[in-house]
Amino acid sequence: MIKKIIFQLIIFSFLSIKKVFAAESGGMPQLNPEFWISQIFWLALTFGVLYLFLSKLILPKISANLESRKSQISDNIGAADKQREESETKLKEYEEIIFKSKNEAKSIYNQAREKALKDIKAKSEVLDKQINEEIKKAEDEINQLRKVAPTKINKIAIETASELTQKLIGAEVNNSSISAIVDDLSKRSGDKYYDN
Amino acid sequence: MTQFEVYRIGPEIKIGAFDISFTNASLFMVISSLAILLIFNLGSKKNSLLPSKLQLLAELSYTFVSKMISDTAGSKARPYFAFIFSLFMFVLFCNMFGMIPYTFTVTSHIIVTFMLAAFIFIGVTIIGFIKHGFGYLKLFVPSGVPAVLLPLIVVIEIISYLSRPISLSVRLFANMMAGHTMMKVFGGFVISLGIVGGWLPLSFSVALTGLEILVAFLQAYVFAILTCIYLNDALNLHH
Repeated sequence: MIKKIIFQLIIFSFLSIKKVFAAESGGMPQLNPEFWISQIFWLALTFGVLYLFLSKLILPKISANLESRKSQISDNIGAADKQREESETKLKEYEEIIFKSKNEAKSIYNQAREKALKDIKAKSEVLDKQINEEIKKAEDEINQLRKVAPTKINKIAIETASELTQKLIGAEVNNSSISAIVDDLSKRSGDKYYDN
Repeated sequence: MTQFEVYRIGPEIKIGAFDISFTNASLFMVISSLAILLIFNLGSKKNSLLPSKLQLLAELSYTFVSKMISDTAGSKARPYFAFIFSLFMFVLFCNMFGMIPYTFTVTSHIIVTFMLAAFIFIGVTIIGFIKHGFGYLKLFVPSGVPAVLLPLIVVIEIISYLSRPISLSVRLFANMMAGHTMMKVFGGFVISLGIVGGWLPLSFSVALTGLEILVAFLQAYVFAILTCIYLNDALNLHH
């Protein structure tokens, strides 16, 4: 039912539109030559002016703008590339320096160590020598003392014995006889007092 | 059809026997040209690394047309860049201004489009003869055609060459006129069907407006690219 009404409305409107158009139009205005010359004249004028302004003033400016932007961007990219390369070489240099200085430090350390060891060695040698010398000296002294000791002791014993006999019995005793006795005694028991 | 009516604005101006009065058509030609000049002048005034909106618009249009020309006509067409750019912009702006209600569409008049097309046709023919001398006539003799068919082919080629200005102008004019007439018809439906049935043609009208804006751009593009193709024939003669 609604469809039918709409359909009728459309048909009716077509008829009415036909009437409206028939009333207003007398053919295509485009084919009326009354203003053709005027249109051609104004077209030539406006298009000519437009062309002149665009080609002489505006388009070269846009072109220059585009070019300058292009060159600016490529310049910037070039500069960035250059700086990147520079920083890379700098980084390499830096690494080299660090490597070098590490090596240097190592060698310095090694040298110092060697030197210290050498010093220690030399000093210890000297000290050893001194100590040995002193030990030798001491030993010599001891040996000397040891060699001298028995005769000294014998002498003390002889003197003590002579004095003792004098005091005890009041008689003068020949020193040579006492020394013979002491020699004999010390020969017999000398091994007891001396290790050798 | 009142929207296609041309009427005088101001006094009647005559040069000799010719009436060159300022009309509504002239008005919209002037408006379109001024709009183009204004937009592109503002868009090229300041050169910043990050372009403003207008500058971007101007530069995108420039590269768009430049690419269109180099794609279709090669590098030899470089000197004609300004002409094709102006042509494209003029037709585009005339079409677009015609989309505003109560305006006049300059390109919906056959005399305007035909004058443009005839100018292009004559210009391209002159360029062809200057570049290739009488060798330009080889355009009508395609290679690799059997000798028996040659007379027929040459006649067809000549006719197709001569019909270029007509096809170029009628394409633009007919598209613009048909589109505007269709919108007018649907608008008429809205009025006659009233509040009950008018919604359907109204929605059609809205959709058609979008389509017409597309057509306005497309026809300007087609007009410019066909000019490039004709120019290509004249500059790089190989058939």
